[in-house]
Amino acid sequence: MRQLKRPRRGALTLGVGLAMMLVMIALALLAPVICRFDPLEQDLYAFLRPPGGLHPFGTDQLGRDMFSRVLYAARTDLRIMALAEIAPFLTGLFLGMIAGYYGGWVEWAVTLATDTFIAFPYYLLVIVVAFATGAGVHGIYITFMLVGWLLYARVARGATASLRESEWLQSARLMGYSDWRIIWRELFPNVLPQAVVVLMTDMAGLLVIIVTLGYLGIGVTQPTPDWGTMIAEGQNFMTTAWWLSVIPGLMVVYTGIALSFIGDGLAEIWEN
Amino acid sequence: MARNKTTRESRLFRRWLRRAALRSALVVALITVAVFFIIRLVPGDPAVMVLGEHATSASIEALREKLGLNLPAARQFLRFLQNVFLHGDTGESIKYGVSSRALVFQRAPVTLLLVALSMLVTLAATVLLAFLAATHKDGLFDQIIRVVPAFTQGMPVFWVGLLLILGFAVRLRWFPVGGLKPGFGGMLYSLILPAVTVSFGQIPPLVRSLRERLIAVLDADFVTTLKAAKVPRRVIFLRHILRNAFIPTLMLLSVNLSYLIGGTLVVERVFAVRGIGDLLFEAISNRDFPLVQAVALYCAVFVVVISFLADLIAHWADPRTLT
Repeated sequence: MRQLKRPRRGALTLGVGLAMMLVMIALALLAPVICRFDPLEQDLYAFLRPPGGLHPFGTDQLGRDMFSRVLYAARTDLRIMALAEIAPFLTGLFLGMIAGYYGGWVEWAVTLATDTFIAFPYYLLVIVVAFATGAGVHGIYITFMLVGWLLYARVARGATASLRESEWLQSARLMGYSDWRIIWRELFPNVLPQAVVVLMTDMAGLLVIIVTLGYLGIGVTQPTPDWGTMIAEGQNFMTTAWWLSVIPGLMVVYTGIALSFIGDGLAEIWEN
Repeated sequence: MARNKTTRESRLFRRWLRRAALRSALVVALITVAVFFIIRLVPGDPAVMVLGEHATSASIEALREKLGLNLPAARQFLRFLQNVFLHGDTGESIKYGVSSRALVFQRAPVTLLLVALSMLVTLAATVLLAFLAATHKDGLFDQIIRVVPAFTQGMPVFWVGLLLILGFAVRLRWFPVGGLKPGFGGMLYSLILPAVTVSFGQIPPLVRSLRERLIAVLDADFVTTLKAAKVPRRVIFLRHILRNAFIPTLMLLSVNLSYLIGGTLVVERVFAVRGIGDLLFEAISNRDFPLVQAVALYCAVFVVVISFLADLIAHWADPRTLT
């Protein structure tokens, strides 16, 4: 690895990450075609079967096929992950750029808001908000709308503030461009790469949160398959049927690795 | 380091102290307001949410009265502030009928012990691994250390806990599967696996940043000078490098503290440790709003205070971090 030049290494990391992610997405999308069993269909004659044969990932305590449950859960969790990230990403980016560009009290207010939420244990915040807004997918979206933008606001503010005094922006201002045009046409393309790198790490983090809420019983609820609830259910059978908890967890880890490879790869490519 | 503090440094320090104290106070104020709004986020009537759809209207009315939901919004807020600032409380727990503060304080020791233990594990592992990586830069171990964060960042903390239970408690039988053994020693022993679980995800990113700083110190001119002066390696290491690495580690820990607390709450659930996290989830399933608010308030204030102290020590010990 050491011998490769940075851009080449970046491209390699990015490629591996993208390939891993595409495989995951394809499996999720094609789940109805690939799976031989319905994820909700119970078969009490074939419960707690270890992985192998007809059931490559085994069956759970109700005889449901783990392979199709895991793939259908991917559909649920990846969809929530992608959808929940859109609004915070855009709002955070926008507010951060405004704060960084204008400075003054706007910047002060955004910094204070981000500082406050960083002091607040993130998981506690998410758990409490998800609880108050009511369990379910719905709660996850609201929670993330409330807290997710802060990270992007911080990144965008920092990136914008560092460009604020640059000669190149000064000259754009001298040319008489409106603030609006400067923010969208000059700043946005420069801030976006950093924000996208952060997006990848944050998505992995969000997936972990979705799964954690499911595990705690305040996220995705039964009977919708979700990796978190699957791990929670499997915990009761851990000594006899390890695959119930271990396999859904591996899915989360796999997705996380794919996302962080994409993020690292992009970061290395864009740094040059 | 702290010995030759100049007037400029002490001026900078005082300025930092003023600003940081002000900021911490503001953050605490904002957190208090945010906690007040927790119960107001509930769609519909919180009293109905607590008692269920089939409760009699009389009992719903009584609960609304008790929670103060019938007062005008401004009075509600005033009452809340009174409770928080005069009694350090967010009101009586609905389920237990006692002050929510008392319940939090009763469960706090276990959680604090777990947090302290996790910090210790995190610190020890981080310093050790970062040293090994930095002193063998670009070696195999260093290469591994650099890619590990990509693998661990997507691991849910509760799942790591389950794997550790599976390996070390079920298979190897080194540790209890869950719960706490009697006595302080037993408690400490039972908390080892939970502490390792909490630390697990924290260590790799910390190692990565400490490694960078260590490499900078190792390459610094003063180390070269010490080596040239034939100062024993061990002395350079312990007296000079470790000392320089301590401050950045301390600051990293302060940044990480809020993640650590969050992880602790979830991990308590996995290992059936009856601390604050367990109290929180119990309160959540009982829809015990004042108790949920109390847990949120105390945890957040704890993080603010400890971060402030950690920064204070770091800046005091090394004024160069002030700029």
